[in-house]
Amino acid sequence: MQKKKNKIETKRLNFFYGDHQALFDNDLSIEANKITAVIGPSGCGKSTHLRVYNRIFELHRGQRAEGEVFIDGKDILDPGIDLLDLRRRVGMIFQKPTPFPMSVFDNVAYPIRLHFKASQKEIAERVENALRGAALWDEVKDKLRESGQALSGGQQQRLCIARAIAAEPEILLMDEPTSAIDPVGTLKIEELMDRLRERFTIVIVTHNMQQASRISDTTAFFYKGSIVEVGPTKLIFTNPRNKLTEDYVSGRFG
Amino acid sequence: MRRILDTDTAFRWFCKAGAIVGLAVAIALVAVILKESMLALRTAGFSLVFSAEWNPADGSFGAAGALAGTAATTLLALLMAVPLAFAAALFVNAAPPNVAVPVAHALDLLAAIPSVIYGMWGLFVLCPLLQSVLSRFGIEYTGFGLVPSSLVLALMVLPYVSAVMRDVLAQTPVALVESAMGVGCTRWEATWDVVARSRKAGLLGAIMIGLGRALGETMAVLFVCGGVSAIPTGLLDGCTTIAATLANDFAEADGVHKSALFALGGILLAFEFAIQATTIPLIGRRSRK
Repeated sequence: MQKKKNKIETKRLNFFYGDHQALFDNDLSIEANKITAVIGPSGCGKSTHLRVYNRIFELHRGQRAEGEVFIDGKDILDPGIDLLDLRRRVGMIFQKPTPFPMSVFDNVAYPIRLHFKASQKEIAERVENALRGAALWDEVKDKLRESGQALSGGQQQRLCIARAIAAEPEILLMDEPTSAIDPVGTLKIEELMDRLRERFTIVIVTHNMQQASRISDTTAFFYKGSIVEVGPTKLIFTNPRNKLTEDYVSGRFG
Repeated sequence: MRRILDTDTAFRWFCKAGAIVGLAVAIALVAVILKESMLALRTAGFSLVFSAEWNPADGSFGAAGALAGTAATTLLALLMAVPLAFAAALFVNAAPPNVAVPVAHALDLLAAIPSVIYGMWGLFVLCPLLQSVLSRFGIEYTGFGLVPSSLVLALMVLPYVSAVMRDVLAQTPVALVESAMGVGCTRWEATWDVVARSRKAGLLGAIMIGLGRALGETMAVLFVCGGVSAIPTGLLDGCTTIAATLANDFAEADGVHKSALFALGGILLAFEFAIQATTIPLIGRRSRK
């Protein structure tokens, strides 16, 4: 039997907002090239947990993480790590689409120019590839020079995915990526994620349990800052071991 | 019994009166300036703005020097003040509150200093300082002119520009900053490439506010400009500005001289009006979103 390869390995992760502890001894293994869904009621720490993986929480005063988070065996909480490269390798998609105030093309070209030495021609090729990868190319190929902020909500979110892909990451973190998107746009993004799993390890925080069950391979259930249960998505939704998990996935609270 | 209708009618008229007085004064002001400047416009005509010969005793009223001085001091002042104001705004928005609050107050306090104080400081401290520093390098300098004028203006404008920039930058969505940092930007790259760009209109509005203030500033500049009505050709030249000329000359002006001053006032007013008109939509944009 093939041995499972873990891309991210979290050990005893604790997280604090000032004096308030938000995560308690989180242990979580995330398999490479799989979609892992993180579910749980509001304020349970799902987003907080996700935001440790690219250390984006450090932008905010008073937030700190303790413990170990290994990506490909290297502890990314180590202060000596190259933060800019970490964030290139671990892309993030936010709840609301956040296109940069520039053209569609430049939105995607921006991380390429930031991280790679590439000729104009190469950049154009990579932008096209990233936009194709985000299933957006056909919709925007005639308006590459227009503002990225002029696209529809769903398109903007796929533009952000294209922008993340353009940096050639290994991991994509998605923090409720469809909660501000209409159903058609949501469907497109879910289909896209299904294809992206071949190339990336995806961790998605979602409030939408149907979404988690539709798209993910593994599901982790968070409650009050602790990880209650992790397992194959099918099992979590049909036959959870924990009573709390069962109550949550059957909609009894949350 | 209170008569709602009566008090409300009175209140309505009270409010209307306030608005009407403001508007009426503005219109009257423009009318007076136009009327008073007619004489100069007829006698001096275009030489008023194209000639740099300003000699009221001989009847020559060419204010090109004052116009150039105004433009040069304003431009230099903004060149110095805007980057500093931007830096200060970023600092205040990012620093922990126990540092940011005192710095913000100190900046606001700069704005509360009367301009005549800036002028005195310029006259008694800055000009002698410039003179002695430059003399150490063997450069003979009066200490007056473009350099101290623009320095004083820069200081005066800094708190205004910075305060508006602070507000403008504070309205940046957190998610936008996070996504910029999330693709691997440094702080500076995120700030310059993404945040500043997304707040462009508001930042431009902040600069315009500085521009408006610098253009019209009178007292402080009057003290340190040197009162030279020729077009300045070098940084160390003395200069004058429209506002300084007005303040300096009005007391003993009559006839064409007085009319020429009114015409200069009209030019200044027109510039300020144009700046206001372009600034309001720029800054207003953030409140609409």
